[in-house]
Amino acid sequence: MNHQRRDTLKASGSLGVLGLLAAAGLIKPELAQAAWNKGAFEAHKMDEALAAIGAGKPADSTDIQITAPDIAENGAVVPVGVVSNIPNTESIAIMIEKNPAMLAATFEIPAGTIADVQTRVKMGQTSDVYAVVKADGKFYTTKKEVKVTLGGCGG
Amino acid sequence: MANPMRIRAAAKEGVTEVRVLMSHVMETGQRKDSSGAAIPAHFITELVAKHNDKVVLNAQFGPSVSTNPYLAFKFNGGAKGDKVTVSWTDNKGESRTDEVQVA
Amino acid sequence: MRQKIIAAAIAAAAVVAAPQALASEELNFDAYRQMLADGNPAELFEMEGEELWTTARGPKNATLEKCDLGLGANVVVGAAAQMPRYFADTDKVQDLESRLMHCMDALQGIPSAEIINGSFLKGERAKVAALVAYVVGQSKGKPIQVDLAHPKMKEMYAMGEKTFYYRTGAMDFACSSCHSQDGKRIRATSLPNITTSKGAAEGWGSWPAYRVSNSQFWTMQHRLWDCFRQQRTAEPVFGSDVTIALSTFMAGKGNGHEAVWPGVKR
Repeated sequence: MNHQRRDTLKASGSLGVLGLLAAAGLIKPELAQAAWNKGAFEAHKMDEALAAIGAGKPADSTDIQITAPDIAENGAVVPVGVVSNIPNTESIAIMIEKNPAMLAATFEIPAGTIADVQTRVKMGQTSDVYAVVKADGKFYTTKKEVKVTLGGCGG
Repeated sequence: MANPMRIRAAAKEGVTEVRVLMSHVMETGQRKDSSGAAIPAHFITELVAKHNDKVVLNAQFGPSVSTNPYLAFKFNGGAKGDKVTVSWTDNKGESRTDEVQVA
Repeated sequence: MRQKIIAAAIAAAAVVAAPQALASEELNFDAYRQMLADGNPAELFEMEGEELWTTARGPKNATLEKCDLGLGANVVVGAAAQMPRYFADTDKVQDLESRLMHCMDALQGIPSAEIINGSFLKGERAKVAALVAYVVGQSKGKPIQVDLAHPKMKEMYAMGEKTFYYRTGAMDFACSSCHSQDGKRIRATSLPNITTSKGAAEGWGSWPAYRVSNSQFWTMQHRLWDCFRQQRTAEPVFGSDVTIALSTFMAGKGNGHEAVWPGVKR
């Protein structure tokens, strides 16, 4: 395998292209996998996870909004939306402080895409949910607490 | 063979909103089955969405994205009849691509 | 064993949280449920069911496009909102599941016994559930409109009402033990008061549903079976009269109210 080419693709940030190529059967899935930020997704401490996405110590920002319920009926599915009003937002990461691995998802926002994403995450317990935004090469963050109950008795 | 995604894309006032439901177990690798054996991790790791041929979103998922993942996002432009394509790949190398027309 | 699996599923990201003490006024899940309603994963099952409807299957290699859900062959829109209903061709009151079983048997040659003797979430019974998702999805937001005029419907309604109040099992429980007062809940789950029209519609019209705790799609047959199980009494046969009677009672009582279909539950 041509490692140099693989590095070049990685460096150019063509994660999705690799995924697509793999989906199309043009490259082996392992190559697409190489783009997945294993270090960040397997980090068990906030500062490690932040470091792995290159964020260091992000600055608090009031220009990021997290949409999530104050209380969730079941931690298996917790809706989380993030809107960044910071100009030139390049990426958004969602982190759950009290999960065994904090990082849930990262989104790259190309020019023309609005910095407004929604997904659903698992939460092991009540926790702060963090949105970490990269804009113009700098990192910003905000957080919101989501309470998680386990609810009724299995039925 | 992975099950199809449910993708809806609607254009309104110059913005296209895309909503995707994926059919996937999103197994964390930390659960055990009834016999106590660990259930191996199986989750979507990457996703790419395109408007016609232009990439409009790249995402990476960890195992704490919920089972049957939901994703919604918006991009500028897009007109009725345009193509929106979403592809995902998981940690076992399985993948799925689905396409819809913007409504 | 089962509890272990459920506990593991709830733990999700692997940490089992200690249940928190929360005041009941804090247990308002409206915002949470509203956020899940748009993009309800039940839609994945609706898609599967829609495909099943038009796929030639079974020994007779036929589709379900000749299936009459009460509004004519292949008329799916609005059909679920009017079920259970009396069907002249079978001379029976049927709910959606039992009507689908009838169509699968008659049109496709898939024996009902295979479904009745099967297990939830497996084989042909899982296929019935996907078809249910598709059919109820075509009645989204429609008011419940069950016609109780036929004597057999009246009979079913009466049997359902009787069953609802019938105390049985190790705990001497009836459906009404949990479902006949306003504002009751089991831990964080609020229980509809099925003795009122609004409460009956709430109960009847929010199932079938996608359950976020286990990522499963549950039909009303599945829901009722689990109510009996929790009541610690004999489990009902799939599609049996007692289940259809309870459904007829709930649907009839909830007449006129809007149904969610399919719901999303914890």
